[in-house]
Amino acid sequence: MAFAAFATTTSDADQAPRRKSPVALLLLLPGILYLVLFFLTPLVSLLLTSFQTPIEGGDIGQYAYAFRWENYVEVVTAYLPHILRSFAFALTATVLALIFSYPLAYFIGVTARRWPLVQSLMLVLVIAPFFISFLLRTLAWKQILSDESFIITSLKAVALMAPDAHFTGTSAAVIFGLTYNFIPFMTLPLYTTLERLDTRYLEAGSDLYAHPVEVFRKVTIPLSMPGIVAGTLLTFIPAAGDYVNASRDFLGGPDSQMIGNVIEANFLVLQNYPAAAALSIILMTVILVIVMVYVKRAGTEELL
Amino acid sequence: MKISLGRWLLPVYSVLALVFLMVPIVYTFIFSFNDSQKSNITWRGFTFDKWLNVCNVQNGAVCQAFSNSLIIGAVATVAATTLGTMIAIAIVRYRFRFRSATSLLLFLPMATPEVVLGAGLAAQFLSVGVPKDMLTIILAHTMFCISFVVVTVKARVASLDPALEEAGRDLYGSPGQVFLRITFPLLLPGILAAALLSFALSFDDFIITNFNSGAVTTFPKYIYISAARGIPAEANVVASAVFILALVIVVSAQVSASARAKRLAKD
Repeated sequence: MAFAAFATTTSDADQAPRRKSPVALLLLLPGILYLVLFFLTPLVSLLLTSFQTPIEGGDIGQYAYAFRWENYVEVVTAYLPHILRSFAFALTATVLALIFSYPLAYFIGVTARRWPLVQSLMLVLVIAPFFISFLLRTLAWKQILSDESFIITSLKAVALMAPDAHFTGTSAAVIFGLTYNFIPFMTLPLYTTLERLDTRYLEAGSDLYAHPVEVFRKVTIPLSMPGIVAGTLLTFIPAAGDYVNASRDFLGGPDSQMIGNVIEANFLVLQNYPAAAALSIILMTVILVIVMVYVKRAGTEELL
Repeated sequence: MKISLGRWLLPVYSVLALVFLMVPIVYTFIFSFNDSQKSNITWRGFTFDKWLNVCNVQNGAVCQAFSNSLIIGAVATVAATTLGTMIAIAIVRYRFRFRSATSLLLFLPMATPEVVLGAGLAAQFLSVGVPKDMLTIILAHTMFCISFVVVTVKARVASLDPALEEAGRDLYGSPGQVFLRITFPLLLPGILAAALLSFALSFDDFIITNFNSGAVTTFPKYIYISAARGIPAEANVVASAVFILALVIVVSAQVSASARAKRLAKD
């Protein structure tokens, strides 16, 4: 699976002898050209759009190419809370998903090794959410946790929740949705590294009188670092740009809108393409910087 | 006492965690049998009606969206699998210049948030003046599937023993024959896995689709649009049916793989 590839640490450089041949160019060219046309140039047109200026006397949604850098100042002043909120939500969801997934991935990858059937059955259940529409899953949670639902009414009955409090529409609900939806992206790469973990290292640790907590901290965690890095990136990146969970028709409310919601509204509803483009460029730049710093510090540069 | 508690903690937690993951799936499945009217929020009694008349609601809007998703998924899968497999073979088998630039170009689409990919393509289609329809969705889906195909197929190409192809050449097989009779069959499991992944990614994509679909409705987009006024139970029927089908495919693949492993172990 792609997740396994994300977590592998072998680089391409040290494999079988390679030939130089014009065939390589023929094989590469169509796909690379495709990505240049439909991935790279769109980013360039996004950058160009982000500096556009409205045509004077033009209709809504009519812009001309310019170098209006004030667009960036304007979107940051107007949407700073949304930008900060997106990264805070994504970070919280990533940490929660990691805490949720690590024990599960450890059980499937290490404890359940003796029973391959249990292992593969549990893995199927981890990826099962992928088989049902992402939007329907989120809507299901909205209804399961609505004000009239059994869970919320019982929480209110035992006074664990204030009688006039809501769950859906709050920031907590959006973080909950993001966490739930990206758990498989966290669990799978964790599983692929933990599955290859040589348990003799753990035994060696306890033979040397290390406390189990210390063995976990000094042996298990460092050895599963590639999985942790891959899982956190696979969760954080899509979570930061998501706009389904925070949408008002799903789990969000007016005070929990994320940068994705603003980009969507500006592009598809308000037709303010330069603002949407500037926000997209900001989002992408911040994520790339975070990814580079993080990958450097975690020491798994082979990921790239 | 303390030891047995510690031993049970992890398995019990894992089972509960999996149950938690299943909650919205079970909910969606149960509510596909709801005898609901317009919106499918409160339980109104059990019925098979929605399963038997999936296409009858809103002049077949659910089925129309579903068939659009199937067509888009199929075309994008074929295109992305072809392009991605070619790249994977080239990366593992050949030396070429701009190697690291190529790797970066393949990695970046996976590291870019979907909303940026969607807005970027939409901005490009807008500036070139391409109207948004089925074709623009297919172009977008093919783009984000290619990288996933490359990483999936690459592993398979790398594990392929070059001696097998050499043997084919030694026996005077033409390059075309060697590819068709040796290389391709050996790569097939990897290519199929990549195709399934592409189809799943395309079928469930909403964020990029929403920016590049114009008036065309895919299944996820249909759900997004209808979310405000309530989703008919028929949408749950379609999603549940897809879920069961995918589960059957995955489980039978697992079972046949483990059966094969057992056979090989016996030999």
